[in-house]
Amino acid sequence: MNVIPAVHAEGLVKTFGDFRAVDGIDLHVDQGEIYGVLGPNGAGKTTTLKMLATLLSIDAGTAEIFGVDVRRDPHRTRQLLGVTGQYASVDENLTAMENLWLFGRLQGVASEKARRTAADLLGQFALEEAADKPISQFSGGMRRRLDLAASLITRPPLIFLDEPTTGLDPRTRGQMWDTIRGLVADGCTVLLTTQYLDEADQLADRIAVIDRGRKVAEGTPDELKTSVGNSTLQLQLTSPGDQDDAASVVRRLLGEEPVLSPESGRMNVALEDADRAADVLIGLREAGIGITSVSVDKPTLDEVFLALTGHDTGADNDELELEAAR
Amino acid sequence: MSTTTAPAPTEAHVPEQRRLTPEDVAARTSPRNSVRETVSQTLTMAWRSTKKMRRNPEQFFDVIIQPLLFTAMFTYIFGGAISGDVKSYLPIIIPGILAQTALTACMAMGTQLREDMDKGVFDRFKSLPIARIAPLAGPAVADVIRYVIAATLTILVGLAMGYRPGGGVGGTVAGWALTIVAAWSLAWIFTWLGTIARSAQAVQGISMMIMFPLSFMSNAFVNESTMPDWLQTFVKVNPVSHVVTAVRDLMNDGHLTADVGWALLGCAVVVAIFAPLSVRSYKRHL
Repeated sequence: MNVIPAVHAEGLVKTFGDFRAVDGIDLHVDQGEIYGVLGPNGAGKTTTLKMLATLLSIDAGTAEIFGVDVRRDPHRTRQLLGVTGQYASVDENLTAMENLWLFGRLQGVASEKARRTAADLLGQFALEEAADKPISQFSGGMRRRLDLAASLITRPPLIFLDEPTTGLDPRTRGQMWDTIRGLVADGCTVLLTTQYLDEADQLADRIAVIDRGRKVAEGTPDELKTSVGNSTLQLQLTSPGDQDDAASVVRRLLGEEPVLSPESGRMNVALEDADRAADVLIGLREAGIGITSVSVDKPTLDEVFLALTGHDTGADNDELELEAAR
Repeated sequence: MSTTTAPAPTEAHVPEQRRLTPEDVAARTSPRNSVRETVSQTLTMAWRSTKKMRRNPEQFFDVIIQPLLFTAMFTYIFGGAISGDVKSYLPIIIPGILAQTALTACMAMGTQLREDMDKGVFDRFKSLPIARIAPLAGPAVADVIRYVIAATLTILVGLAMGYRPGGGVGGTVAGWALTIVAAWSLAWIFTWLGTIARSAQAVQGISMMIMFPLSFMSNAFVNESTMPDWLQTFVKVNPVSHVVTAVRDLMNDGHLTADVGWALLGCAVVVAIFAPLSVRSYKRHL
């Protein structure tokens, strides 16, 4: 059987003035998989998605959705995908039911059938009680679910999810993950963007890590995580002057180079196995190096980033900018 | 194993067999929207606008208050000065007020559209395989409701003040219909403004600057022969003047004059220019 990829893009470029928001990204997503695009704010994830969804023009490169050229044939492309954005794109003036009916009707679903499908989807997303309520009374999680439901009304074979769980509480996030897994079980292909390694890890079959408009790594979640170890030992040394000694202890015991923050006397060590933390601690005690705090954590996006790009995600700055923008 | 139709929710899923082949893709997509699809999408968008109107009744304030207030105000203020008495001013002012009310009613299109386009739901409209004109033409169709209210109220107020149209019922209805057609056509100018301006306030400001010269630099309130030559030149090419003259001919005399033709042609030209411009600039916003 002649199977085509759901998404095939080569050398995508988007520039805003002098700023290259997307700078030559290749993506290949097979049918039936969940593909995660991981990166911090401003890395170019949303811009990439918008180009593939015909919402932004493609400045250079090629993109095909199920073999359809996105640039040459935007109308066909739009018939093959559903887009759920970062912020709920549903109509505030309509009820949940009216929203779904509207999007069904706009895509040529007969009125009665649109109503039935809408009712089914509201049930599936636990929104039936809110069906006739105005969206303004909806919680963030409910809006997000309605937004996703609105993308599914014509059952497109490809779904784009732009940061589907950003801003949701942990319980709602878990529900969203289950819903996304359900989509793939139904035969959908999902391309999602996220800032959370954890989320990509839970959901995605394959991940692309994006930084400053470029793809810096691609692989399964396990492959990415082993590049930074399965967990991280974080140490605060009593006196920052001991750093070099401490680093040599780590090298001797684990054969790994620790990541040092000289000003603060902090040291991060990637661990294949959380058990090895004890070896490092004993080694430091024997070398007479004091520590004030210690923790073992799963690697975060920041550490994956640091390992892959040599700089951090700048997440703190983004948070501040977001605050300022509000 | 074709996926040309949306599978029923109950259908047992066999993901391997759901994989699309190029033939499936060709079968489930069409190269463009047909005229029938475009009309259906436009009407669906119009339905959305009427829902919005019903939930925000303040959208009707201008088309209710203005005919009541302006018709009475202008007639009593200018009536004596221009025509000697109020009663003989009515045949001049009522068609004039009709045109002015139509113009202010359709002006709201631009602001409304700009506000709407800034909302998240327009991102979804853009991502859907719908005709690009539907999100613009839908509100325009729904807005006809507002023009109907404005035109009807203006005529009713005129009748209550003693206006007796010489054109009879037929002429009055024809003038009423022409007013609505003109409002709908001129609305495309403001729709276009809505798609190019950066903010709703900007649309509001520019719309005012267009609305005032168009309505006052016309023959809507006074006979243009009392104006300086240079102004008369503008008044004569102003499409609003043609609409006003045409409505006067229809309502006061019941005559289908050349001005009716010119007014309709002017409306058609406005739509032919500004509808494609609006769609083009809406597309560029993508």
